[in-house]
Amino acid sequence: MNNLDMTLYRRRRLKNRAAMVLSVGAAGAGMVALVWILATLFLKGASGVSLSVLTQMTPPPGSDGGLLNAIFGSVVQTLIATLIGTPVGILAGTYMAEYGRNTKLTMVVRFINDVLLSAPSIVVGLFVYEIMVQPMGHFSAWAGSVALAILVLPVVVRTTEDMLLLVPDSLREAASALGAPRWMVIQRVCYRAARAGLITGTLLAVARVSGETAPLLFTSLNNQFWSTNMNAPMANLPVVIFQFALSPYEDWQRLAWVGALLITLTVLFLNIIARSLSKPSGGER
Amino acid sequence: MNTVASTTAGSNSSALSRNKLLDNLLRILTRSAAIAVLVMLGGVILSLIEGSLPALKTFGLSFVHTESWNPVTEKFGAAAPIYGTLMTSLIAMLIGIPLSIGIAIFITELCPPKLKRPISTAIELLAGIPSIIYGIWGLFVLAPLLQKYVQPVLINTFDGVPGLQNLFAGPPYGIGILTAGLILSIMVLPFITSITRDVFETVPPMLKESAYGLGCTTWEVVRHVVLPFTKTGVIGGVMLGLGRALGETMAVTFVIGNAHRISSSLLAPGTTISASIANEFTEADGELYTSSLIALGLILFVITFIVLAAARLMLARMRRAEGK
Repeated sequence: MNNLDMTLYRRRRLKNRAAMVLSVGAAGAGMVALVWILATLFLKGASGVSLSVLTQMTPPPGSDGGLLNAIFGSVVQTLIATLIGTPVGILAGTYMAEYGRNTKLTMVVRFINDVLLSAPSIVVGLFVYEIMVQPMGHFSAWAGSVALAILVLPVVVRTTEDMLLLVPDSLREAASALGAPRWMVIQRVCYRAARAGLITGTLLAVARVSGETAPLLFTSLNNQFWSTNMNAPMANLPVVIFQFALSPYEDWQRLAWVGALLITLTVLFLNIIARSLSKPSGGER
Repeated sequence: MNTVASTTAGSNSSALSRNKLLDNLLRILTRSAAIAVLVMLGGVILSLIEGSLPALKTFGLSFVHTESWNPVTEKFGAAAPIYGTLMTSLIAMLIGIPLSIGIAIFITELCPPKLKRPISTAIELLAGIPSIIYGIWGLFVLAPLLQKYVQPVLINTFDGVPGLQNLFAGPPYGIGILTAGLILSIMVLPFITSITRDVFETVPPMLKESAYGLGCTTWEVVRHVVLPFTKTGVIGGVMLGLGRALGETMAVTFVIGNAHRISSSLLAPGTTISASIANEFTEADGELYTSSLIALGLILFVITFIVLAAARLMLARMRRAEGK
């Protein structure tokens, strides 16, 4: 009897030990993947970094060059996308948290927004191709910016609503009791109280779109040369990386790694800033 | 005196009506912005349907189960990309789910409190890395490694084993369905992990402590208390990861090989819906070709929409059960 208990006990302990080892192994595997990817990026990317990357245009195959036009294009298109997507997103989030709290519309929008948040970005590219590129007859930086703006929107809507809901109602009531009309309460009290959160949301949205490639493939396309014309195809880092990495030319592949390093550093930097901003208010999703 | 009183009253009422106007304006403005989100979804669906009409009219339902994809004869079928999408996602889930749950168990049950935050942050940083980075890493680091060391072993080991023999047949290309699935499994890891961890944290400590008090091992507590309690949430997280895997484009495009055929071997190159669109859309000439690619996009959108909607519903139910 006692013997049986001991074997059962031993078996349970063994099983537990095995499960725990596997769990630690899983955590280890995750860490290894992260470190491995980042280490590769640094090793391959850093060796190609030089001043010419920031001063010269993307080269024709077989010669040396830089990424200036691609960096510029990425910055411009991300900026415009943020300028279009953020205000709309903040307004929609404001409706959901302030005017239309608990209404049916809010529930539907929240649900759809959550789905759009992780919808495949290539479909957004197809959508913008249909509504902008085809009617206009050519690829353009505007189309690329709009595609990115569509991806910015759900992120901003989500964080705006969440952050405004974190503002205590007693603040709103106090302001209303002083006679402040609703718009003033929202603008002077709620927005101010939730400012760090709203900035976090915008930063996360920028981080999300600055590495997006798929929606740009057939909206802003790519451009070998310096271009500031929003009505023409414009270079951008992700598509240049895509094109250069898959090419057989060594110079191009080297630049692709440099571009990949640049993008990753930007995205991680934005993520870390956003994280540190939202920490004091306990920003849970 | 009289006039003064009336003017203040007048300005008061005008201030009131101005405020009312501003308030209504802001209400309408914010409401339209909220409706814009819905309009956008409608627009995406309508434009995809409109764009795919020529292909759907020409091929009808056979589009879904035809394997041929021939731009020269203009015969297009979605079977190969659909198969590739499902297969790569399946591999990603088979590897990703146990790993993610393992990590979540580690973070919530085993991890020393000091390490909790850094490890959570590291896993979330994995989610922040753009997908093109996974693609370039997969192509230049993972694929050669698989080709040299892993795939030959797989081929030799399973040679002669009925069933599995076909799954791991053919020359080791490095790129292919298996490699794409592996990359995807790393990519879905942070999504499933962060949700699983969050729902694990919602288990009341009392429940766990009672089980420990009865003499349960950590594994038994996880298996018989934590997992049953959080089942809906975990499934929701898994479906969210699945939605990501199905729609992932760039990482897959790099390593899938872009071959429009269904082969029994996981080592063979294939294609997925998103990879086909990414690779061919700008080069597609002819209405039927473009339209077929848009039809692929429509199929992808419908599949991911269903999966993501189910995920959100499950997570919402989980939250309601919690009483939040």
